[in-house]
Amino acid sequence: MNSTKIHLSKLDLHYGKQHILKNIESEIPEKKITVILGPSGCGKTSLLRCMNRLTDLHPDAHLSGKILIDGTDILSSNEDITNIRKMMGLLAQRPYPLPMNIFNNVAYGLRISGRKKKKYLHHRVEHYLKLVNLWDEVKDRLHDPAVALSIGQQQRLCLARGLAVDPQIILADEPTSALDPQSSQAIEEKFMELKEAYTIVIVTHILRQAKRIADYVIFMYMGEVIEQGPVNEFFENPKQEKTKEYLKGMFY
Amino acid sequence: MRKMQVRLSRAMRNNIHGFWMVICLALVIILPVTMAAGLYWKSSVLLHENSLLSLVFSKEWKPISGQFGFYPFIISSVWVTMAALLFAAPICLLTSIHLTQYAKRWVLKVMHPVIDILAGIPSVIFGLWGILVVVPFIGNYLGPWLGKQVSGYSILAGAIVLAIMIIPFVLNILIEVFKNIPDELTEASLSVGATRWQTVKFVLLKKGMPGIVAAFGLGMSRAFGETIAVLMVVGNVTRIPTGLIQPGYPLPALIANNYGEMMSIPLYDSALMLSALILFVVVLIFNLISRYIIIQCDEKC
Repeated sequence: MNSTKIHLSKLDLHYGKQHILKNIESEIPEKKITVILGPSGCGKTSLLRCMNRLTDLHPDAHLSGKILIDGTDILSSNEDITNIRKMMGLLAQRPYPLPMNIFNNVAYGLRISGRKKKKYLHHRVEHYLKLVNLWDEVKDRLHDPAVALSIGQQQRLCLARGLAVDPQIILADEPTSALDPQSSQAIEEKFMELKEAYTIVIVTHILRQAKRIADYVIFMYMGEVIEQGPVNEFFENPKQEKTKEYLKGMFY
Repeated sequence: MRKMQVRLSRAMRNNIHGFWMVICLALVIILPVTMAAGLYWKSSVLLHENSLLSLVFSKEWKPISGQFGFYPFIISSVWVTMAALLFAAPICLLTSIHLTQYAKRWVLKVMHPVIDILAGIPSVIFGLWGILVVVPFIGNYLGPWLGKQVSGYSILAGAIVLAIMIIPFVLNILIEVFKNIPDELTEASLSVGATRWQTVKFVLLKKGMPGIVAAFGLGMSRAFGETIAVLMVVGNVTRIPTGLIQPGYPLPALIANNYGEMMSIPLYDSALMLSALILFVVVLIFNLISRYIIIQCDEKC
């Protein structure tokens, strides 16, 4: 039931001389929503980016420690980096649709991994657009450019694009911060459904959002994990002073 | 009272500055229009006697007998420009992609000033380099290797020199184009399992297409109008070029070589003005086409 999907062990991240993540230890449960919480600049986004090794893109980044996914260390394994990344769908702060039409945005991940049969692609695209509740809104204009969609629709499209390559994990970096309340709610509800099948890690600084959707919370401050635990315990009975201070800023 | 004065003078100064700014802006806009009008006015003498089409497509250039056919010059210009662009395009594209996507950050930091310096080298120096290196190479090696006896002063020499001249210019724009594409787009592509190269091919090139077109459009305008470096190596023989290693005579070289001389020949200056006008209009058209493609692309992506 409570098996660990991602195991972070002694994880350190440096950008040049800056020490961004300090000795992170955490176990992220499978098929649950884990929220990484903390003030801006605490390293929560960096932690998320470590998990699919987007930190590789940063030329001065140095990552050490272990990130075990289902027991395999993705930092030292010989596995192709593209396969590692494919296991994880990424949802960014703002939607960044690829410069192509709606259909191709979803089909992109499938195409580049060699799935080119039209019928198959069409079937998959429809499936994932339905999964994110976008199908009815776009089915008549699949060949319109993706940027013509509203920003909330774009974010759902990006989610569908990430899901289309059949990942096991969804990484989301403040996925609702650019959205209006309705679109945010749509995304949140979608996450609640998706956790049946996916392990979801969400970065946010919105306490109420964390409280609404999280099963498990990791609270970070200044590059360190201060406290982590199941959501109820975290909010109702925080153990660390820092956590208490942080939660005091909460209004509801 | 005092306060009023201060306010008034500040408002006045504001207006005066505003006035000058408008004048400067107007100058920038009016100048090219008046230049075009002047060129047209000067060349209208020739246009009265011949139709533009017959001038543009006529192959005979015999000023003494009043025959002014621009075809050889226009064709030379087109060949030199196209060949230069063909040489420069892959180099510019691959270099800019490497510098912005693959290279370590310090490489770009070092290359930026280097490219700027290259862009600032006076064109006459490129011309000299062409005479000293490119022309002998074509004359002594490439020509004989192809089984042709040539001097080396040729369309190809002009194109090579031109390509090297426009590379830093186009490269600078391309680097900006690729730098301006948000990293998140790259990350989005990578995170669905694309390789770096697939990301470049399917996402970055597409996203950057308007910018790429603009860069090459501007490079083309520059190449088409470049005078001295091309003039020095291209041979300046009035005939329709039959191959890349044959000499040509592009429009700018025609103007630069002849203006001020042989002005006693009737209609000669008018003919040169017309070639300047043609140059002007062609460059304008290049720019308009690239803008059009940019707009089209913006709507599609």
